[in-house]
Amino acid sequence: MSTGWYLAVSAIVFAIGAGGVTTRRNPLLVLVCLELMLNAGNLAIVAFARMHGATEGHVFALVVMVVAAAEVVVGLGIVVALYRNRVAVDVDELRELHG
Amino acid sequence: MSPAEAAWIVLLLPLLGAVVLGLGFRVWRGITAGIIGTAAVGLAFVFTLITLFGLLGRDEEGTRQIASSLYDYVSVGGVDVKMEILVDPLSVVMLLVVTGVSTLIHLYSIAYMRGDAGYTRFFAYLNFFVFSMLVLVLAGNFVLLIVGWGFVGAASYMLISFWYRRTSATKAGIKAFVINVVGDVGLVLGVILLLKETNSVDFLDTFHSAKETFGEDGSGSLTAALLLIMVGAFAKSAQMPLHTWLPDAMEGPTPVSSLIHAATMVTAGVYLIARLHPLMELSPTAQTVGAIIGCATLLVAGTIGLVQTDLKRVIAYSTMSQIGYMIMGVSAGAYVAGMFHLMTHAFFKALLFMAAGSLISAMAGEQNMNKMGGFRKAMPFTFLAFVIGGLALSGIPPFSGFFSKDEILAGVASEGGWHWILWGAGIFGAFLTAVYTWRMIFRAFWGPPVPEAKELEEGHLHHAAEHRNPATGEIEDTGVGFPGPEHHIAERAPAMRMAMSVLAVLAVVGGILGIPHVFTPLEHFLEPVFEEAHALHHVDTSITVLGLIVGSLAGIAGIAVAYVIWAKPTTRGEASTAISSGWQRRFAPVHRLFVNKWYFDEIIDLLIVRPVRGFGRWAHDGFERLVIGGAIVGGTTGAVRGASAVVRRLQSGYLRTYSAVVLTGAAVLVIYFLTQS
Amino acid sequence: MDEILFFVAGIAAIVAAAGTVLLRNPFYAVLSLVVHLLSLSLLFLLLYAQFVAVVQVMVYVGAVMVLYVFVNAYVGGSEEPRGGSAPTLKMFSYAIAVTLAVTIGIAVLGTGLKAIDGAGPENIPASFGSPANIGELLLTKFLLPFEAASFLLLVAAIGAVVLARRRRGVLTGEERIVSAMDVLAPAGTGSMREGVGAINPNPGARSVRIAPSTGAGAPGESADPPARDTTEGTR
Repeated sequence: MSTGWYLAVSAIVFAIGAGGVTTRRNPLLVLVCLELMLNAGNLAIVAFARMHGATEGHVFALVVMVVAAAEVVVGLGIVVALYRNRVAVDVDELRELHG
Repeated sequence: MSPAEAAWIVLLLPLLGAVVLGLGFRVWRGITAGIIGTAAVGLAFVFTLITLFGLLGRDEEGTRQIASSLYDYVSVGGVDVKMEILVDPLSVVMLLVVTGVSTLIHLYSIAYMRGDAGYTRFFAYLNFFVFSMLVLVLAGNFVLLIVGWGFVGAASYMLISFWYRRTSATKAGIKAFVINVVGDVGLVLGVILLLKETNSVDFLDTFHSAKETFGEDGSGSLTAALLLIMVGAFAKSAQMPLHTWLPDAMEGPTPVSSLIHAATMVTAGVYLIARLHPLMELSPTAQTVGAIIGCATLLVAGTIGLVQTDLKRVIAYSTMSQIGYMIMGVSAGAYVAGMFHLMTHAFFKALLFMAAGSLISAMAGEQNMNKMGGFRKAMPFTFLAFVIGGLALSGIPPFSGFFSKDEILAGVASEGGWHWILWGAGIFGAFLTAVYTWRMIFRAFWGPPVPEAKELEEGHLHHAAEHRNPATGEIEDTGVGFPGPEHHIAERAPAMRMAMSVLAVLAVVGGILGIPHVFTPLEHFLEPVFEEAHALHHVDTSITVLGLIVGSLAGIAGIAVAYVIWAKPTTRGEASTAISSGWQRRFAPVHRLFVNKWYFDEIIDLLIVRPVRGFGRWAHDGFERLVIGGAIVGGTTGAVRGASAVVRRLQSGYLRTYSAVVLTGAAVLVIYFLTQS
Repeated sequence: MDEILFFVAGIAAIVAAAGTVLLRNPFYAVLSLVVHLLSLSLLFLLLYAQFVAVVQVMVYVGAVMVLYVFVNAYVGGSEEPRGGSAPTLKMFSYAIAVTLAVTIGIAVLGTGLKAIDGAGPENIPASFGSPANIGELLLTKFLLPFEAASFLLLVAAIGAVVLARRRRGVLTGEERIVSAMDVLAPAGTGSMREGVGAINPNPGARSVRIAPSTGAGAPGESADPPARDTTEGTR
C-alpha cells in the first residue's frame, strides 16, 4: 500500500477529531476527540517513517503518546475537580473568563 | 584669622543655627530656641567685627579686596563659577548692618514671639533668612548672588506666610513671592546677557573687563543687561511698579517686617546697584532710569503713607519711600550716601517697627490707627522709641537720618541739570515723610486715651476676648499657624527693651559716621571700592549746606503741619479731627487716589493678572478640558474602549468557539498554501 | 493481503472515529475510541511499526482508556443534551472539518512527492521498528527528548494529584481553613470528643467565611482619619 492511503486516512481521522472538539460539550469527550487528532498525527508520522525506512519516526510517535498521556492525566484531573466542586461538567457552562 | 576665613564663619553660623533649629524643633520648644537662634546670629556679628578689624588692619591700597574661593562650583565652556565670596569694605558694611540688626531683632523676637505655637520654626526661618542675606551680600560672583537672591525671596515668603492658617497671610506671601520671582527672572536674564558679553560671572573679572568689553560710553547690551538686573533690584526693593507686595507683606509677624521688610532684604536692590557701580557708571541710561524710578517711588509711597490707617502699612510705605531715596542716590552716583542711608535707615526703621510691634501688642493685635490714641502715659518707653525713630526718619538734626538723607540729596544735586528736580522732589518727600510719620505718632500717642491705654495705665495689659485677624476680622484660635495667645510690650519685656535701646542709640548717633566735610569715617572706609566713581569727589560744600538747611526745615515743617492737623488741642481741650476730615472732603478725588494706593493693585490686576487668569481659564476650560481631556485623552480612551468592545465579544468564554476559530485559521492557512502552490 | 487488511483497518478506524464524535453516550464514545485505537495499531503493524503498535495497545487501550472509562463512570456519563447552545456553530464546525479533510487530502495526495505513491523501500531490515532499534535511538540520538518526555510525565502526574485532591475553597462562599489556627487549635480537635462539644465548644472559630466581595473590615484600613499635625505645639 502506498503511503498516500495512510495519509488520507490520517487526514480524515484528523478532521473528524477536529469536528468533534468543536461540537462535543462534555469535556471528557473533548479530550477523547483530542486523542483522535493526536492519533491521526501519529499515523502520519509512522507512515512517513515507513516511507523513508527510518526508525526515528517511531520515536516521535512514542513522544506524542507521552504528551497525549500527560494531557489526558491533567485534563481528567480537571474534570474530576469540576465534578467534585459540583460545577456543571459542560464546556459551555465553563465560561467564567468571558470578556 | 584672616578676614576671609572670618567671613566664611559668618556665613556658616546662621546656616548652622537654621539647621539645628529646623531639625531640633521637637527638642527646643521654648526660649532655648530663641537663645540658640540669637546666639548664632550674635556670633556671626562678632565674626563680622573680626572681619572688619582684619580688613582695617590692612593697607588701604588694593589689599582690602579679598576674593576667597572654597572650590570650583561649575567649570564649563570657559566659564569658571567658584564657590566664592568677595570681602571688601562694601560687603563688610552690609555684613555689619545685616548681622547687627539681625542680632537685635532676634533678641527682640525672643520676647515678642513668646507663646506663639511656631516659636522654634520662627527662629529657624529667621536664621535661614540671615544666612540667605549673607550669601547675597558676600557673593563673589553673579551665580552665588542669584542663589542668595532666591533664598531671601524664599525666606521672605516663608516668614510672611508664617501664620499659615491666615488666608490673608498666605495670599500676601504668594504675592510677594510671585513679584519677587518676576524680579529674579529679570536678574537672571540680565546676568546671562552680561555673561554672553564678558564671558565671566565673576564680579571682579567682569568689572575689570567692563571698559574694554563695553567701551567707555557703554553699549546697548550693557544697558539692556543693567535694566534687566534693575528689574530684579526694583522687585526686591519694592520700587514702582513692582512695589505692591511690600505693604501686603506686613501680614508677617512684626519682627519679620522689621528685619526683612525694612532693614535688610528690601535694601538688597540698593546694595546690588552699589555693587555693580563699575557697570552702572558706563551706562547713563540705566542710571537715569534708576534715579527717576527711585524718585517716583519715594513720592508715591509718601502720599499713600499720608492716608493709610494701618500702623504697619504706614511704616511699610515709609520704607518704600526711603528705599526710593537710596535707589535714587546710588543710581545718581552717590554710592556712599546710599549705603550710609541704608545703614541709618536700618537702625531707625527697625526701631520704628519694633515700637510699632510693642504698640500693636498693647492693642492686642489691633493695627488700625483709628482705634489707637493716648498711649503716651501708658507706654513711655515705646513712645520714646517712636519719637526717636520718627525724628531720625524725618531728618531732624542731629539724628542719623538727617545726615544720610541729605547726603543723598546733595549727591544727586551735584550732578546738576535736571537732577535738581529730583533734589526738589526729595525735599518734598522729606516733608511728606515728616508729616505721615508724625501723623502716626500723634494719632497713636496724643489725644484721649483709648480703653486699652487706660487699662494699661492701670497696670493691666489688654487681651481681646477672642482673637481676630486684624485685616479681615475673622475669628482665629491660637494654635499652630495663628498668632499665639500672648502679647508682649516693650515696657514689660527686658529683651525687647534691650534691643530697642541699642537701636535707639544707634538711630540717634548713627549719623556720626558721615557728618559731611567734618567727620567721614564711612566714606573713608568705602572710598577704595568706589574710587572710580566720578560723582564721589566733587560734592560742593554749598550744595551740602543748602541741603542740610532746607532738609531740616522741611522735616520741621512736616512735624509742625502734622501737629496742627492731628495733635493741636482745640479750644475744648482735645485733639480735633476737623482739619483732616475737612481736607478729606475738599480733596476727595485725591484722597481716594491715595487711599487706593494710586490704584497700582488694580492696574496690575487689569493689565497682567486678569489676562493671565483669563488665558489660564481658557486653557483650562477650552483647551485642557475640550482638546486635551476631551479629544486627545477621551478620544484615545474611546478608541481603545470601542476596539476592545469589539475584541471582547470574541472572548465569549465558549471553549468550542475558540477551537472553531483555531481550526478555521488552520483551514485558511492550508487553503492559502494550496492556492499558492 | 496487505490491501485487505489496510482497508478493513482503515475503514474501521474512520468509522470508529466518527462514532466517537457522534455517539451521544460518552461511555459508547469511549468504547468507540478503543475500537479506533485498536484498528490504528493494526495499521501500525502494516507499516512495520511493531513496537509502536504494541505500545499503542498497551498504553492507550490498556491504560489511558481505562482511565477514561473510570472517570466517565465516576462523573456519571450523562448524555449530552440535544441541540446544544449554538446550532450554527455545529454546522459551521462540520463544514470546517470537511474543509480540513478535503484540503489536507488534496495537499497530501496532490503533492509532487513521488515517494508518496510508493510504499517505501521494499527490503527493510528485520530490526526496523524493533524495540532494540528504538531503544538505542532513545538512549543515544534522542536522549534529550526522552528525558524531557519523562519529566513531562512527572509534572503531569503531580499536576493531576494536585488537581484532583479533595479540598475546599475554590469558590466564594466556601469555607476556607485557617492553617495558623490548626496549630493553635486545642488538642483533640477533630476527634469524636469535639464532635460532642467536649473540647472545642465553638468549632466554627476554626474556619472563616470568605465574605462575598464586600471590602468591609479590610485589615489595611484604619478606622480613624490621621490626626491633625500637632508636632509644633509648645503648650
